[in-house]
Amino acid sequence: MNWEVVTPLLVFLLIVFFVGIWSNRKMAKSDSFLSDYFLGSREFGGIVLAMTMVATYGSASSFLGGPGAAYSIGFGWVLLAMTQVATGYFVLLVLGKKFAIVTRKFQAVTLIDFLKERYKSKAVVLLSAGSIIVFLFSAMAAQWVGGAYLIQSLTGLSYTAALFIFTLSVLIYVTIGGFRAVAITDTIQGFVMVVGTFILLIAVVVSGGGISALFADLASENPNLITPYGQDGQLTALYISSYWILVGVGVVALPQVAVRAMSYRNAKSMHRAILIGTVVVGVIMLNMHLIGVFARPIMPGIEVADQVIPMIALEVLPPWIAGIVLAAPLAAMMSTVDSLLLLVSSSVVKDVYMNYIKPTASDKQMKNISMGFTGLLGIVAFLLAIQPPELLIFLNLFAFGGLEAAFIWPLVMGLYWKYANKQGAIASMIVGIGTYIVIHFYNQAYGDLLGVHTVTLPVILSFIAFIVFSLLFKKEAYEFPATSLKNA
Amino acid sequence: MRKKKYVEDTRYKVAHREALIGCGLAIINILWWYGFAYGLGSKPPGEYTYILGFPAWIFFSCIVGFLVMVLLVFIVVKFVLVDMPLEDTEEEEEVHSA
Repeated sequence: MNWEVVTPLLVFLLIVFFVGIWSNRKMAKSDSFLSDYFLGSREFGGIVLAMTMVATYGSASSFLGGPGAAYSIGFGWVLLAMTQVATGYFVLLVLGKKFAIVTRKFQAVTLIDFLKERYKSKAVVLLSAGSIIVFLFSAMAAQWVGGAYLIQSLTGLSYTAALFIFTLSVLIYVTIGGFRAVAITDTIQGFVMVVGTFILLIAVVVSGGGISALFADLASENPNLITPYGQDGQLTALYISSYWILVGVGVVALPQVAVRAMSYRNAKSMHRAILIGTVVVGVIMLNMHLIGVFARPIMPGIEVADQVIPMIALEVLPPWIAGIVLAAPLAAMMSTVDSLLLLVSSSVVKDVYMNYIKPTASDKQMKNISMGFTGLLGIVAFLLAIQPPELLIFLNLFAFGGLEAAFIWPLVMGLYWKYANKQGAIASMIVGIGTYIVIHFYNQAYGDLLGVHTVTLPVILSFIAFIVFSLLFKKEAYEFPATSLKNA
Repeated sequence: MRKKKYVEDTRYKVAHREALIGCGLAIINILWWYGFAYGLGSKPPGEYTYILGFPAWIFFSCIVGFLVMVLLVFIVVKFVLVDMPLEDTEEEEEVHSA
């Protein structure tokens, strides 16, 4: 085992672990367990809010899969990755203060709380909880696999042992610390990511003999690498542009992101988070994907795309700095997994169990159930990840797209269109998920329908379904309550 | 539980405007990104011009495009967004010091 690399990683895991303990102690002082465990009592300031949004969103695909794709495809993939800059400002501006005000009125702790109160429909709640559980669970398992692979490639441990370490370190702080532990560790992890990507980018550029030399090498190997069209000219402008929906504006509808848009303390925190988030997400995406392409002339012939970043880091950096830098992708995976874990847990415990199975549960019962279930979910993900599926980025994007198609219109239209009603929401979710699955398999078999990413058509079709069904069953205009609902 | 007569929350007006600003920023972002990438990047790679070592399309679309968005977001945050209370006034605050 390479202790010079492993030591910084261990230190990092220990810090994260202590944050979990600290959050647990802090939670003991809060009046409402559920609001604290699943939402951190809505107390986050600008930096924590920005970092937790970026870190939740930036996952294995931003740090391993994405740069790996840039390594094989070239600058077309860098261009594609830059669509994600929008997530920094778009989510917080579009959900914005309306979402913050309304969810406070509703006393909502989860995204589904909002949908439940807005549409007053059991079907909407169960559909949303179901799709969160199915899609986010698969995303979570994919991240679990990524985390284990990374620990495996750094330490030389067996895959199962690496998976065990990853599971244990995430489970402990999420289970006992809840949302606050997740958000605070996300902040630490976000800083690690920003600093790590800069160090690695500089080292890669220096090692490659400067930017001009790197581009000359790339152009002489295959000129397509420095065009926006991919190494074989396979990426059309339309296809890359359709990623604006998947990883740009569509991110607004990801439950793990949306729930953060109701977690901040006040308007000032939100303003600050918009600026910080835009800077941080842009820096991370640009740096990581540049590193991916620039790694190509330095280390040609890496076969497994996910290993590009660990290998280039170990190649161009002294071991202990590589350890710090590689804490970044580990941090990215942990910070995604922790949020997903908590969110899936909240969907089951808060949205299904508490709403429909046992509404009278006491605070203490809720506490035991929440923590117990969060732990259980982690263990199940661990067991599934022992037989890992191969394409990490693929599974992850599958979950992204499915959730976006399901939630984007019920969420956005529910906020901004007064004629939105439950029939529209249900139709929109069914059409969104249904067409997503159908088109996904169609695209796999016959190539991309109309030359765009799978998510594009379901988002358009679910919009049409939303409008048509809302108007078909048109009742009166919905008005948000003028005063807060007590004790929802 | 709910009042029959409804008074539109005045904060919503501001919130709606800010949501539209978010959409506006995204549209500017997409146009800039697309225009420079495919405006400058469509010709054969041999004819590319380079700025600071980067092909011009990458430099303008990915790097300058990002900086322009940061500048626009800064202007919006600093001069356009409005500070307002998010809680309803009669509600007791659930806030603890961080």
